Amino acid sequence: MTEALQELGAHIEAKRADCVLGWAVTLDELTIDVAPANLVDFVDFLRTDATCRFSTLVDITAIDHPAREVRFDVVYHFLSMYQNQRVRLRVAAREEDMVPSIVSVHPSANWFEREVYDMFGILFSGHPDLRRLLTDYGFRGHPLRKDFPTTGYTEVRYDETQKRVVYEPVNLTQEYRQFDFMSPWEGAEYILPGDEKEGTA
Amino acid sequence: MDGSKGFEDALTGEQKIRNFNINFGPQHPAAHGVLRMVLELDGEIVERADPHIGLLHRGTEKLMESRTYLQNLPYLDRLDYVAPMNQEHAWCMAIEKLTGTQVPRRASLIRVLYSEIGRILNHLLNVTTQAMDVGALTPPLWGFEEREKLMVFYERACGARLHAAYFRPGGVHQDLPDDLIDDIEEWCGTFPAVLDDIDELLTENRIFKQRNADIGVISEQEILDWGFSGVMVRGSGLAWDLRRSQPYECYNEFDFQIPVGKNGDCYDRYLCRMAEMRESLKIMLQCLEKLRVEKGDVLARGKLTPPKRGDMKTSMESLIHHFKLYTEGFHVPAGEVYAAVEAPKGEFGVYMVSDGTNKPYRAKLRAPGFPHLQAMDHVSKGHQLADVAAIIGTMDIVFGEIDR
Repeated sequence: MTEALQELGAHIEAKRADCVLGWAVTLDELTIDVAPANLVDFVDFLRTDATCRFSTLVDITAIDHPAREVRFDVVYHFLSMYQNQRVRLRVAAREEDMVPSIVSVHPSANWFEREVYDMFGILFSGHPDLRRLLTDYGFRGHPLRKDFPTTGYTEVRYDETQKRVVYEPVNLTQEYRQFDFMSPWEGAEYILPGDEKEGTA
Repeated sequence: MDGSKGFEDALTGEQKIRNFNINFGPQHPAAHGVLRMVLELDGEIVERADPHIGLLHRGTEKLMESRTYLQNLPYLDRLDYVAPMNQEHAWCMAIEKLTGTQVPRRASLIRVLYSEIGRILNHLLNVTTQAMDVGALTPPLWGFEEREKLMVFYERACGARLHAAYFRPGGVHQDLPDDLIDDIEEWCGTFPAVLDDIDELLTENRIFKQRNADIGVISEQEILDWGFSGVMVRGSGLAWDLRRSQPYECYNEFDFQIPVGKNGDCYDRYLCRMAEMRESLKIMLQCLEKLRVEKGDVLARGKLTPPKRGDMKTSMESLIHHFKLYTEGFHVPAGEVYAAVEAPKGEFGVYMVSDGTNKPYRAKLRAPGFPHLQAMDHVSKGHQLADVAAIIGTMDIVFGEIDR
């Protein structure tokens, strides 16, 4: 399995050296880093090339790394039902970057890209209908960003006096129960009581 | 006919005819949950379908980022609540792949057995309610009786009828009692007769055929363009099944067929589902036979799994391990992985990014229903309004997994 993927990775890199920034096979999965500028072209190549034939788009998602300068990774999964292989593409994008939409190659990318836009606020250039998908009508913010609180900012309830649904800022009756059980010996970053004096004496 | 000019009977040619927009759902019984679909109709012909989803969005993926791997497991049950254990399976497989855990053989067999029970649970619900959508009332009543029996098997294995949390990273939570295996085998003996009854009721039924045959035809190109999987692929004649093509667990040692359709319409998909239930039954029987012989532990004892109860009474280390496992949870080595299973609805995948801590950095759940529903606009275009219900039914839409 791994050898086949190594071969495939080398083949793709040889054919499209301009697009591939790097590739690796880990845990029997091939991951290719791609430059955003050539993405559409490259995806089309993966779809049509005889040894690839990655004709099914399985998934598009993103990962938020707030500490990194290039904040987001947009991740594409493709499947070839003919060659029985999978591939993962990774495209790095800054917060203000536009990622080219692949709807023209894979129509099924439509909702996946809408979801990524909804959840992360990444814009896709050339998308025919980039609306929010999963969140409420009129929702603000992008929930899967790491700086978005799990509780959100607004809550909804039916108001008996106004006879309608009202939106209000979140008001928690008790603190959000987020326990950190990370072992202090294994990499938790909080300072144990007393440790702040270290080095002063 | 918009009435803006008053009644001018003689000028029929001049009358403006405009398309009609209706809301299908979110309360429509054939919407299979909370689907709001804006349909543009030209007479009774669907010109455009715009599904508005997200009414059941619970932010599962966001919640997962602040919980440990083990705490996240029950969320998977709540995705496709029709066949909960199949989802858990993908989650466990992702963790096992990242940590390199080998599942004991007995646990592997139990997983296959319960995945197939899940498949029958799902297909029973789908086939019968789809029949209800096109006008038959009896099948759901018959099908749900069997579902009830299967859910009792769920309950006897793990204590819960729906939200099982039974598959755990490294195996399954508890071993099956011997009499449960006997009872499942007995049920496998009686079920074909029920399936025959449903078959007899629907397969050659004139109304059922008229409503399903040649409706929602899907070609090979459409499968690729729209990212279909599962029965939506097999109904069109492609023998694509992850259990066979990318075997996971111990599926490669079972003898089963992959039923495929010919025309790719709603009727063929119905036939596929009926045939798949019979194949699942075959797998279950083989499983039960193997389970009788294969005794042993059902959890790969180690960091991922709790120690035996007996050990906890005598060993301090075990006690500490148990406590730490259920508070801090286990750590998963940094990396990313995609694990997919052939869920009853299609390819259910978990894409997991770990940063080496006890919580997933990012978990993406790839639901098979998501691309299926997306293609609704494409598939239903040009069909009658009444066919929309049949197509939604045959796509096997469950909102738990689509909205997440």
